[in-house]
Amino acid sequence: MSEYSEPTGQPGGAPPAPLWEVFVRARRGLAHTHVGSLHAADAELALRNARDLYTRRQEGVSIWVLPAAAITASSPDEKDAFFDPAADKVYRHPTFYEVPEGAAHL
Amino acid sequence: MAGNLLHPLEIDVLSCNTWGMYGNDFPADDTSGGLLGEVEAAETALREAAERGRHGAVGADPAAYFAEVIAADQKVEPRDWMPEAYRATLIRQIAQHAHSEIIGMQPEGNWITRAPSLKRKAILLAKVQDEAGHGLYLYAAAETLGVSRDELVDLLLSGRQKYSSIFNYPTLSWADMGTIGWLVDGAAIVNQVPLCRCSYGPYARAMIRICKEESFHQRQGYEILYTLAHGTPAQREMAQESVNRWWYPSLAMFGPPDTDSTHSAQSMAWKIKRFSNDELRQRFVDMCVGQAEVLGLTLPDPALRWNDERGAYDFTQPDYAELMRVIKGAGPCNRQRMEHRRRAHREGAWVRAAAAAYAAKQANKKEQASKKEKVA
Repeated sequence: MSEYSEPTGQPGGAPPAPLWEVFVRARRGLAHTHVGSLHAADAELALRNARDLYTRRQEGVSIWVLPAAAITASSPDEKDAFFDPAADKVYRHPTFYEVPEGAAHL
Repeated sequence: MAGNLLHPLEIDVLSCNTWGMYGNDFPADDTSGGLLGEVEAAETALREAAERGRHGAVGADPAAYFAEVIAADQKVEPRDWMPEAYRATLIRQIAQHAHSEIIGMQPEGNWITRAPSLKRKAILLAKVQDEAGHGLYLYAAAETLGVSRDELVDLLLSGRQKYSSIFNYPTLSWADMGTIGWLVDGAAIVNQVPLCRCSYGPYARAMIRICKEESFHQRQGYEILYTLAHGTPAQREMAQESVNRWWYPSLAMFGPPDTDSTHSAQSMAWKIKRFSNDELRQRFVDMCVGQAEVLGLTLPDPALRWNDERGAYDFTQPDYAELMRVIKGAGPCNRQRMEHRRRAHREGAWVRAAAAAYAAKQANKKEQASKKEKVA
């Protein structure tokens, strides 16, 4: 559009700020849980933005931010092959075993 | 909105991360559901769907797998195969929703400096800040579909994507802050609650979070109107005049009538959309009638009356020709809204540049320090 020509990160503009994944610990005793993502120039700004974006209502007592680019993910396409080794090992679950009548505290 | 109170929630971490976080905001003596109840139900359904899991492989036919996931009310996730039209529809819808939140800060921003008390000012600031937050949750959800933030910003600034037509109307009086909360946010909630069950996971999760926060917006607006409606005659008149102006534009927020709606059928089949424009509009009208009575204000529709046969209110449709004009750019504030947004983005350029320069400088310093350490 000719009336609007300001660079916004399109080719020729500044590179876009990196993406960060945000994890929040809701309260003591709970693990950090993924809540969403945001863009920020560095870790410190990511942390401050995460506070403003994801904890406006006291949703957390602690925040982690991770560069999204640093995450290695298993792809859903490989789902079966990747998780197969666990599929035929039902003996890893306690329910696999029969408990004889009368045996307590097992 | 008495009756739409949130249930006290148990702590549970397998959720959209809003589970158990909003339990303190509302008194716990009401479990009758209502819209917030529906949001809770959507969140529960999402958890249950996740626990049911999907057995079976993606296999050689990803399209069949996609259809199965949709049919089983499971969520489609970012890296799953999906039809290109599904992806494009979602990007368009989520982006326009995000743009609406961003532009939607302006009509209310107009009154922050003129709020009648410090309390109202603090509340209005919090609400406008929420809207920025909602825009950012939604942009993030759209980005999971493979579009970049910068593209999205450009689509808005260049006018190639639209935002909700309602934000092209001016806020002429303080009472408009009340009416926007009650009617505009109320209509938005009616529209958005079914989206908590959208088949696309990131959008559904963002909507659950947004709907819970949106409920405060609606109530604070209702409280402003209630206060004005029970104030001096001039205040009462201000409230009524404001409702008169916003009623039909609010009805138009649900979009064109079903007979003219172009995107509906496919979106319903994909479970992106759950109810038609007209169904949601009717639900909104039926809710508002009782709420207006409690306020002691009149909805500006002489044809509004209960229809026993339909079990719903008959009402006058908004002017859809006006809706089309406003969408096409001829609303009272279209130019002003876009100019303001462009200026804000332009004037923020130095902040983004400074943050990037500082980040680069710090990264460089770190690198130098670690090199020195290695040499030493």
